[in-house]
Amino acid sequence: MIPEFGHFALILALGLALIQASVPLLGAARQRTDWMVLARPMAVGQFVFVAAAFVVLAHAFYVDDFSVRYVALNSNTALPTAYKIAAVWGSHEGSLLLWILILAGWTLGVAAASRGLPEAFAARVLGVLGLVSVGMLLFTLLTSNPFDRIFPPPVDGNDLNPLLQDPGLVMHPPLLYMGYVGLSVPFAFSVAALMTGRLSSAWARWTRPWTVGAWMFLTVGIALGSWWAYYELGWGGWWFWDPVENASFMPWLAATALIHSLAVTERRGIFKSWTLLLAIAAFTLSLLGTFLVRSGILVSVHAFASDPARGLFILLLLSAISGGALLLYAVRARRFRDEGGFRAISRESFLLINNVLLIAATAVVLLGTLYPLFSDALGFGKPSVGPPYFNIAFLIPMLPLAALVGMGMHAYWQKMSASVLMRRLRVPAGIALVFGVSLPWLLFGGAGVMTMIGVIVGCWLVLSSLLDPITRAVRNRSAPRPLPRAQWGMILAHLGVGVFILGVTVVSSYSIETDAAAVPGDRREVGGYEFIFRGTRDVQGPNYQAVEGEFEVRRDGRLVTVLAPQKRIYRVQQSPMTETAIDAGWRRDLLVALGDPLGDGAWSLRVQYRPLIRFIWLGALIMAVGGLVALSDPRYRLERQRHAAPRQAPRTAEVG
Amino acid sequence: MWRFLVPVSIFAVLAAFFYRGLSLDPGYVPSPLLGKPAPEFELPRLKDPAAMLGNRDLDGQVALLNVWATWCVGCRQEHGFLVDLAESGAIPIYGLNWKDDRQTALNWLTDLGDPYVASAFDELGEVAIDWGVYGAPETFLLARDGTVLHKHIAPLDEAIWARDFLPKIAEQCGSLPCPLEAGE
Amino acid sequence: MTPRRQRMVLVALVAAGVILSAGLALRAFQENLLYFFTPSQVMAGEAPDNRAYHLGGMVLPDSIQRDPGSLTVNFIVTDYAHSMPVSYSGVLPDLFGEDQGVVARGRPDANGLFVADEILAKHDENYMPPEIAEALAQAEQGETP
Repeated sequence: MIPEFGHFALILALGLALIQASVPLLGAARQRTDWMVLARPMAVGQFVFVAAAFVVLAHAFYVDDFSVRYVALNSNTALPTAYKIAAVWGSHEGSLLLWILILAGWTLGVAAASRGLPEAFAARVLGVLGLVSVGMLLFTLLTSNPFDRIFPPPVDGNDLNPLLQDPGLVMHPPLLYMGYVGLSVPFAFSVAALMTGRLSSAWARWTRPWTVGAWMFLTVGIALGSWWAYYELGWGGWWFWDPVENASFMPWLAATALIHSLAVTERRGIFKSWTLLLAIAAFTLSLLGTFLVRSGILVSVHAFASDPARGLFILLLLSAISGGALLLYAVRARRFRDEGGFRAISRESFLLINNVLLIAATAVVLLGTLYPLFSDALGFGKPSVGPPYFNIAFLIPMLPLAALVGMGMHAYWQKMSASVLMRRLRVPAGIALVFGVSLPWLLFGGAGVMTMIGVIVGCWLVLSSLLDPITRAVRNRSAPRPLPRAQWGMILAHLGVGVFILGVTVVSSYSIETDAAAVPGDRREVGGYEFIFRGTRDVQGPNYQAVEGEFEVRRDGRLVTVLAPQKRIYRVQQSPMTETAIDAGWRRDLLVALGDPLGDGAWSLRVQYRPLIRFIWLGALIMAVGGLVALSDPRYRLERQRHAAPRQAPRTAEVG
Repeated sequence: MWRFLVPVSIFAVLAAFFYRGLSLDPGYVPSPLLGKPAPEFELPRLKDPAAMLGNRDLDGQVALLNVWATWCVGCRQEHGFLVDLAESGAIPIYGLNWKDDRQTALNWLTDLGDPYVASAFDELGEVAIDWGVYGAPETFLLARDGTVLHKHIAPLDEAIWARDFLPKIAEQCGSLPCPLEAGE
Repeated sequence: MTPRRQRMVLVALVAAGVILSAGLALRAFQENLLYFFTPSQVMAGEAPDNRAYHLGGMVLPDSIQRDPGSLTVNFIVTDYAHSMPVSYSGVLPDLFGEDQGVVARGRPDANGLFVADEILAKHDENYMPPEIAEALAQAEQGETP
């Protein structure tokens, strides 16, 4: 009976969502406060019922209730308990339920924090979120009910895909969805502003923390996914430009642009219609990602089982939500007039270029991701667009962007003289240039042009981010005036980008990867380390059996570590899995993977040396911490905000 | 102010491509066998390895050939329906047990019921290749002369049976069950 | 210059930059498109000789041969209508095996041997890469009279 309760809870949640999506919106249109105030209790109720449904499904996994089809397909009695819970979102139906739960969670958050908002505005925002929720709940109930039964129930389940049996999977989708779905909040704010036809600087100030919050989760989620792919797939790659990866990356790019554009709208009252459009675009790209992953129209290693009926449903949903919002935009956007102007050298200009370049980068990724579909639909064959395209085409907008970030951070609002800007940035630019040319030679004994450019840009970003804190500390050694939290956030985020660029440059320039055939006793030198193959033995895991290799790693004769890569066979699905052994370090990662037995104790192996690869995820983490620090700025505490007109912009290099 | 229409236009073009993309879904190509004679096969029977099952056994009847395996969860899902269908006597069902273990397969039929007139045991999956099978379960509808009338990929249920199979069977012989060897 | 003219110059510069990058990106695009061909299409001369492409099909049973002690593997990719020998040197993916779907990236040498520099395999017993499924269906269609 319990699974039916879950199904029932979802139906009730749909009922509440329908009320939330209609009554408050009508109330706002007719200025009926008693209708508007219904939004909050509906949001709370919806969250309670969706959470109940989620708990019911998790319980079915926990007690191995294989009469539930979804459980039978994705779990197994031998699966460790932690993975049974993670298996809840291991496939389409459950991950959709997680999506809805997170949407209900964000809606609850908005409802709780909306006391300081004008009642009609809060009602509109919650109403729009309710509309999105109605669509997703209908999608689940009509096409993807996770509580469907199967009769007769199988004795044991089909097991979770072995690739997904990993701690990384436990956290990756929830974080990613927190980001994806969180972008529904700026979307709802944007649609609500289009409905009212007014947009004040207070609007931008309300929208910013939600955008930063969603962006932060998206950053961590993407980084975790990349890290997971790196150690779980064991190919040594950290980003594959796979359609599903791109699906999460495009909203991130758009959200990054949105954060910057919101800054201009808040401080200067300009870029209004552009900001509204970006907020709609960011969430549209989130939904597009959902569509691409679940419809099966693109070939990907991550794609869920495809089903055209589901694809059609999401496409209709996407058209209704995003198409509707964009139509509203087309009708209403002209009402949002910009106040005031700016000169060519000013923070506004830098942020404008930032937006143009980020959107260009998004377009590059979108084109590459969808090209196989376009080409197929037009009858031009079925090409696949490989990483070389993305690597080159993505770099074209991103390289100038990275270089300009360092300047934009130090430019004043409205106008600034080029010579002042130049004088301030002379020192960090000089140091970055010297570092960029010398460091690769000193540390790695040589460098190509692209490597030097990469290191220069990375160092430039790190140094120019730290310029303000350093000069302040030096000038007022006794009592340095503290920087606002929001500015610290910006500094950290840009510092993270610099660290990330350094990592990417060094990894792509100096990695070594070799395939070899070896018998026990063989030695092989890779990247200054000596790998000694000691032999293999059989080991038993909880739900797999494996062959484990033993490798001693030595440097200058000293033992560094012993690596034990495995070749596993999972019993239920009988699928082989290579578990790459990784010795992680700040300066380098060493990886060994077993290939196939070649007879007489010989094995094929893949040995890799990847310098500074940790900087890639460290950079992303610093960016996310920057977001967190910015969020903690008291400026965003809603209670104290007045519904003020744009303030006169102060002529300081404050947060952007 | 036409420029505000640009975003929604771009979106509309994309959506049109997506719609087209859905119908292009390459996983759902119709079987090239449709309307053609079923490929020749001759395999040992699951329950009696000494006896063979081949096209000859199916000739002269409108029949189903169902590709199944014990490792396939979708097969378990449709099994109840197949048992009911067999009990109703509407149509003879033959099985092609694909890449399976003989003992496990026999246990499965004992536990869950056996809807099949007979099952062929395709241990190496060779016949399945000839039949263009790329995922279990798959169900073929065969005419009296051995022509493939319809192929369904994914678990079978009442709704799909009524929608896709019954009309095609009705074209062949009007009412169920189809009489054996009606005058051609 | 007035602020307005300054802004116009800025917009013009950005626009020029974007157009330039779009051009460069499209060039990169043309060079990096990898088309997918089956052995039948290669035999029919549809595949290019001078650039890399994806060869897809199934690994023919009993065709996998390893040079003892070396990493080189030879096998035959088939779409059940035509076949093509492939040579690859390196570690094979987990899911590579006889009778499984495979996609090889590389180009043919002068003797018609397809030299792969990357092997992709993805499947479970329920799964075949959609391009291969479709290509196989077409090849079958071509064969059956």
